[in-house]
Amino acid sequence: MRAYFSDRMGAALLMAPLLLFLVLAYAWPFLGVVKWSFTLPTPGLGQYNALLTDDLVQSVFIRTLRIAAIVTVVSVAAAYAITVVWVRGTPVQRVIAEFCILVPFWISVLTRAFGWVALLSNRGLINTWLQSIGFISEPLTLVRNEFGVIVGMTHFLIPFAVFPLASSMRSLDDRVLLAARGLGSSRMRTFWSVFVPMTRSGIIGSALIVFVFSLGFFVTPAILGGGRSVMVAELIYLRIFQSPDWGLGAAISVVLVLFVGALMALLFRYVRPRQLV
Amino acid sequence: MQQPGRAAEIKAIGIGKSFGSFRALDNLTLDIGRGEFLTLLGPSGSGKTTFLMILAGFVQPSDGRLFSDGVDITERPAEQRAAGMVFQGYALFPHMSVEANIAFPLKVRKKSATEIKRRVGEMIERVGLKGHEKKLPSQLSGGQQQRVALARALVFEPGVLLLDEPFSALDKGLRGQMQAEMKRLHQETGTTFVFVTHDQSEALALSSRVAIFNHGKLLQVGAPDEVYDRPDNRFVAEFLGEINMLPLKGVRPADNGSTGLCEDRAVNMHCKAEKVRGDAILAIRPEYMSIAREAAAGENGIAATAVASTYLGAATRLDLTTRQGAKVTVSVPNEVAASALSKGNSVWLTWPAEKGFLLPHGGQ
Repeated sequence: MRAYFSDRMGAALLMAPLLLFLVLAYAWPFLGVVKWSFTLPTPGLGQYNALLTDDLVQSVFIRTLRIAAIVTVVSVAAAYAITVVWVRGTPVQRVIAEFCILVPFWISVLTRAFGWVALLSNRGLINTWLQSIGFISEPLTLVRNEFGVIVGMTHFLIPFAVFPLASSMRSLDDRVLLAARGLGSSRMRTFWSVFVPMTRSGIIGSALIVFVFSLGFFVTPAILGGGRSVMVAELIYLRIFQSPDWGLGAAISVVLVLFVGALMALLFRYVRPRQLV
Repeated sequence: MQQPGRAAEIKAIGIGKSFGSFRALDNLTLDIGRGEFLTLLGPSGSGKTTFLMILAGFVQPSDGRLFSDGVDITERPAEQRAAGMVFQGYALFPHMSVEANIAFPLKVRKKSATEIKRRVGEMIERVGLKGHEKKLPSQLSGGQQQRVALARALVFEPGVLLLDEPFSALDKGLRGQMQAEMKRLHQETGTTFVFVTHDQSEALALSSRVAIFNHGKLLQVGAPDEVYDRPDNRFVAEFLGEINMLPLKGVRPADNGSTGLCEDRAVNMHCKAEKVRGDAILAIRPEYMSIAREAAAGENGIAATAVASTYLGAATRLDLTTRQGAKVTVSVPNEVAASALSKGNSVWLTWPAEKGFLLPHGGQ
């Protein structure tokens, strides 16, 4: 009992600096943001009312949800394929998959976003190449729109989607897959009707992580969207730094934080935190 | 529900399997008869499970051929072999209900919905799972999961049912119950059963034949009483139960079997001295030996002193030492043990000639 108690004390002491930092750097300033949302420019619920009526704000919210949903579906599907190879492939395949998963973590989000601009812009690699082989005559608009944003965000988020999937695939009992094949099920059928359903918790966990990350994305949409495909985080930035409309920016922030908080609560109902790493 | 004719006849010829430099199975030749209940028995690492996996098609043999009803199936993938299999730990589909688990093999065979419903219903009834159809495996007890695994493996009427230590996770009482149930299912379905276990009493109780494995080799195949009473070698003799081994000198054929000298006294065996001459081992199971005041002329017997006893309830286990120092264990009625011990001195151990058998001296 004493050892248990002192272990708990030790853990609390080790975590204290982190908690203190989170309170001072996030929670306390956020309370200030909450206050602005009710007081600027005049006290009251005016800014929240504006949220419900302002067409621009609403279209940005809808676009954000749409982009986040598409990015989630594409990222989780791609991550699933990579994870199957990483967890169940031959030793060589595993090394290659691991490399593909880990390398993106070493490259900054800015570098990656500009990399995509170089690839996707009107005079970028893809358009130049397609024109040179005569496949298209006019360049395709691949960037400064939603498509570019989705490509960039998906690329960034795939590695994050891998870990919950890997954890659920590793805990799967191989004998169940053998059993399915022994009962006459082809490899394809075994994959779809046994393997995929048994990794359900991993799919939910990875989808929620990607969705939550997507909602607050700033750098990638700002660069690849080119101001034409504004998402919520960029809208907050514009309201606070470019137009003196702190109250509205604060109100949007509060709504975003509450929404993300609710999703996180949902996430932890389905998966234990340790399954996510 | 099952036509006995559907049961498969399997022939393994020279099957071997190496994992790197480890020889898991060596030159195994074995015929498995139509509708028989064959047990593969051996300690862990003896090759019995490897052979089962080769039968199922999950492991490809390094050499040898495998035939089912005369057709070479050595290269046939597992999903086309149609062998029912019950795994250690059952390997049920955790996301499917009992009903869906049992229906799975029928669904992959694209049976009609009405046929699936009928056959799953029959199977659920047969294994006594009525009322549990909609439950998930995690909501069932170990014995119930076992029944689902059996039902799922039998519902598509496979020619052979493979069972990999299916009772290892059950407690003793439930194990006995499930063993009886499996025997009944074997009789009802008429399917060929191949059963892997390391529990020799389970093997003797259930099977029509037992195949004993050690170090990747098949040592002996035979009916339970055959392998128990007439083991070919020392490993089989010891693995199947307790056994007394007495050194024997001057073994030679005799009119009615063979004869030799045990502690300077002539003893007779009904078995023939084919493989052994001169020095050998005389092996007798404890329950076939009795305690006597003296051995009559011509009767098999040696003198021994009772050393210790263990009360076992129905009988007493008595440890004795012979004059020349060999240790012998017998299982005798409780009052016989008491009087043998109270005397504290010499008694005679006797046994019928047909119960002793010869093993080669020393080796396996």
